[in-house]
Amino acid sequence: MNWFIDAQIMEQKTGYLSDKSNLWLELLKKFSIKDWKNNLCNRLFGSKKVRGTWWRKLLLLWIIGWFLGSLWIFWFMNSQAVEKRREMLASMCDERARMLQDQFNVSMNHLQALAILISTFHHAKDPSAIDQITFARYAERTAFERPLTSGVAYAVKVLRSEREQFEKQQGWKIKRMDSTEQPPAREEDADLENRDEYAPVIFAQDTYRHVISFDMLTGKEDRENILRARESGKGVLTAPFRLLKSRRLGVILTYAVYKSELTSKATPAERIQAAIGYLGGIFDVEALVDKLLHQLACKHSMMVNVYDKTNPDEPIIMYGSNMTNVGLYHISTLNFGDPIRKHEMHCRFKQKSPLPWLAITTSIGTLVIALLVGYIFHATVSRIAKVEDDYRQMMELKGRAETADVAKSQFLATVSHEIRTPMNGVLGMLQMLMDTDLDITQEDYVRTAQASGKALVSLINEVLDQAKIESGKLELEAVPFDLRAVLDDILSLFYGKAQEKGLELAVYVSDQVPDVLVGDHGRIRQIITNLIGNSIKFTERGHIYLTVHIFEEVLNSLDKEVEVHSTDTLCGFPVANRRRSWESFKNFKLELPASDPSLLSTSSNHINLIISVEDTGVGIPLEAQSRVFTPFMQVGPSISRIHGGTGIGLSISKCLVGLMKGEIGFVSQPQIGSTFTFTVVLTRACTNSNEYKSSEFHGMIALVVDHRPARAKVTKYHLQRLGVNAILEIDPNQVLSRLTSGTSTINMVLVEKETWSKDSSIWPFIISKLKGNQLDIPKILLLANPTSSVKNNASSSMEYISTIITKPLRASMLQVSLRRAMGCGDGEHSRNGRLPQLSLRGLLHEKQILVVDDNIVNLRVAFGALKKYGAEVTCAESGKKAIGMLKPPHKFDACFMDIQMPEMDGFEATKRIREMEADINKQIECREVPVETFENVLHWHVPILAMTADVIQATHEECLRCGMDGYVSKPFEGEQLYREVTRFFKQPQKRIDNEVKC
Amino acid sequence: MESDRLQKLYIDFASVVFREGFLDNQYTQLQQLQDESEPKFVLQVGTLFLEDSGKLINGLRSILDQQDVDFEKLDACVRKLMGSSASIGARRVKNVCMAFHNSCKKGSKEGCLKCLQQVAQEYLLVKRKLETLFKLETQILAAGGSVPLLSQ
Repeated sequence: MNWFIDAQIMEQKTGYLSDKSNLWLELLKKFSIKDWKNNLCNRLFGSKKVRGTWWRKLLLLWIIGWFLGSLWIFWFMNSQAVEKRREMLASMCDERARMLQDQFNVSMNHLQALAILISTFHHAKDPSAIDQITFARYAERTAFERPLTSGVAYAVKVLRSEREQFEKQQGWKIKRMDSTEQPPAREEDADLENRDEYAPVIFAQDTYRHVISFDMLTGKEDRENILRARESGKGVLTAPFRLLKSRRLGVILTYAVYKSELTSKATPAERIQAAIGYLGGIFDVEALVDKLLHQLACKHSMMVNVYDKTNPDEPIIMYGSNMTNVGLYHISTLNFGDPIRKHEMHCRFKQKSPLPWLAITTSIGTLVIALLVGYIFHATVSRIAKVEDDYRQMMELKGRAETADVAKSQFLATVSHEIRTPMNGVLGMLQMLMDTDLDITQEDYVRTAQASGKALVSLINEVLDQAKIESGKLELEAVPFDLRAVLDDILSLFYGKAQEKGLELAVYVSDQVPDVLVGDHGRIRQIITNLIGNSIKFTERGHIYLTVHIFEEVLNSLDKEVEVHSTDTLCGFPVANRRRSWESFKNFKLELPASDPSLLSTSSNHINLIISVEDTGVGIPLEAQSRVFTPFMQVGPSISRIHGGTGIGLSISKCLVGLMKGEIGFVSQPQIGSTFTFTVVLTRACTNSNEYKSSEFHGMIALVVDHRPARAKVTKYHLQRLGVNAILEIDPNQVLSRLTSGTSTINMVLVEKETWSKDSSIWPFIISKLKGNQLDIPKILLLANPTSSVKNNASSSMEYISTIITKPLRASMLQVSLRRAMGCGDGEHSRNGRLPQLSLRGLLHEKQILVVDDNIVNLRVAFGALKKYGAEVTCAESGKKAIGMLKPPHKFDACFMDIQMPEMDGFEATKRIREMEADINKQIECREVPVETFENVLHWHVPILAMTADVIQATHEECLRCGMDGYVSKPFEGEQLYREVTRFFKQPQKRIDNEVKC
Repeated sequence: MESDRLQKLYIDFASVVFREGFLDNQYTQLQQLQDESEPKFVLQVGTLFLEDSGKLINGLRSILDQQDVDFEKLDACVRKLMGSSASIGARRVKNVCMAFHNSCKKGSKEGCLKCLQQVAQEYLLVKRKLETLFKLETQILAAGGSVPLLSQ
């Protein structure tokens, strides 16, 4: 903006100088700089139209201002040039005039000197010392002294009375001087005779010899001159006239010669009286000025005119041609010593003044610059306006595109949702149709229809997800969940498919991953399901291996991981990238410094998980790898035909991972396999509830025999989840020594099917050896893939094997299998294995328990479950009934109370019961009633456990607030029941003991 | 052997039922509760559930048939149904009940009607499945086999 302000100041200057100054002052008043800035701001953000006109006005003003400015510059410079020229002319003219005057004066002085000479030597001497010849010669020789005179002559005053004498003396007659000189007219002597006095020329320079004897008084000019000269006593000039001979302009200077010396105060009459002669000098002005000008160098550049301006109305030209009155001229007055005569010198340049190029170029240049600046300004402003316009347009388009996108997503969401509802009906009906009696063809049709319907629903679900994500409507839940359980679920989901294809499916979760995490397990499940689903689709042999680690663990073990042998994989097939290959690993490393320190150091509550799915499938072609995460993009068009699917899954997964603040990446080698890895950020839950940790196998030791460490690791992980300590053994030959030499008893041996088959002959030997040693024979369990037909292969040694555990391993399944295997073992082991159940049995045995639930099914289930543990169960259908039954004294040891019941819910019922108990306790304390009435119990407090379907923290707190002692989730789970019961059965007893002691 | 065939049939059928989500883990838990002392526990509970649920669904229908729907009463019924279906492990019924419950909370009669329809449908489906399972169980028991434990 600086230049602009500068420009304005400039403009202001020029404007000030020009006659626009008033307008500018007004303008300045209007927009003082401060206002101007505001104004500018307003303009910038104000409406376009106003701004446009404003700029345009400013631009117009600018151009007009500069136009005027350049005009002024031209005028200014031009006038200066003219002034200079005028000054030059004046000085030159004055110089010439002065020189002319000087020279004239010199000549005049000399003439005067000549006059004195004559008066001295002609009149004062008698006889005269000067005659014509002397005079002529003298005059000739002193001519250089009088450069302006072309000739001199002397006439004497002759009175009429003296005429004759004079004529006689001279020897010639006084002649009359005529205006027309030739031929001299003698006839007019009569006129001459009548005159009082005469002034005949007696001496003359040689060139003017012809004037001798002419009476000067007869010449009009001469006469006047003579008369004036003798009156004034000074040199007197005639008006210029044509000289007799040369026909050139000239003037005659006349000096009077007096008889005697006269004082300066002498009157004209005295002077006239005293005059005796007249000396005349002829000035050939034209020639003289010419000569003078020749002397000066720049004669040619100037034109000089000399005028006699005695009569101002009729100037008589003395020198120079008639000149036109155009152009510059200068007048210098000439003083030739004659006060009556006035002379002037007019000078002008011969050439017309050249065009003022400098002024023209300067002004034009200024104008051009100003115009350019104006143009730049205009261009800038219009460009800005254009860009702004474009921007606005773009914003509008962007808005429209966004709304269109949102509309699309909404449309998709709505339509998908609307399709889903009737589809459910269709599928349901198809399902019902399946259950009716159909022949094979019909069943086939129905099955096909159902499969198609399911495919459509899953597609719609995916599209719905995508739409939801795109419209930003997808919100993540944050609920506590057990990641391991979720993974087990997923594994079981793919169990069938993996079995069909003969793939090994395994999951491994690092023990550093907390048991309970807070996050959206549904979405994590979705992502993993997606990845595993893809892997299964494209894997024909080998394995699919799901691993979960926490971030730091992966980072710390990176160096080790690199060295892992390539064949050390789950099933022996080479893996594409050896787990976290360099490429994908690099990704994480990049991600690490950005997210890791902030997430992990600031709040330890955040857990950064790395979950990867490794397969040994066909891999993704290199050229397709770049668009794996693009929606609806599949490797090739044939893929969807062969494998089905929409190609939307990975895109959704990527979005979901993004929502969970994670990243997804993959590495794939064609024909070897792919590994997809993603990270998610979850929160650590404060509660810790591993349902399996407290299982009956806790503290047991298992020997895992597998020649593949990677696979053994998975087995170990699952065993550890059940609380079993696992020892890994690669070599079957070492098993025996392990079993016999170990300090601790090994409860079970898990042998991988493959390892078993490899060295099947060794096993009978080991077993017999063990039996021979009379040791506790540990249970031998075989881990088998579902495909490998167990019966055929292993028949030879089947008798030694307690159970075959079918992979994929899952905690619940492993638990069931182990329980089955261990349960049928000998007493020691069974006791060991059934510890919780037995303790539960011990705890609950013959306990009186009241179950309150309005739902008869629930009641029946709870009844069955508790009865199984040996409890005596009484049922009540409502809260009111329960209150009645729990009125002390009563026989119940505990009460399981449903929370949601009609009429009176569990909370209310519990409150009432507690009030009742408090009342009675108070009475007992105050001895108002005998203790015996209440079966000698000092403090009545029946443990009430809530049965709830939703285990959320709020409910838990609510339970405690109402005086409940705990809660069990409905339906019953053995482990939880055990935990709660131990807590609430042991405590009250202690409390009673304490109170008794008191 | 007949019992083997029946057992295989039973497992196959059960796995389909599980995979399609009609039943969940809870059902296996119930099975585990069944022992010598109560050999027909699952059958009893299942029958109880089916009877009870049938009544409940009729109750729901009659509530919704009324001009002014008593949503609280409806919700109580739905919760009951949800509880019992959760107990038996009828997952799909339970899921629809949850949706039903939400509709009740919102007070949308339309949504409730839709849910009722679904519940009824799911109920019929799970009833058929359970009846088949029970039939197979009795057949297995009759053939002298033992009902296989279902994992998952």
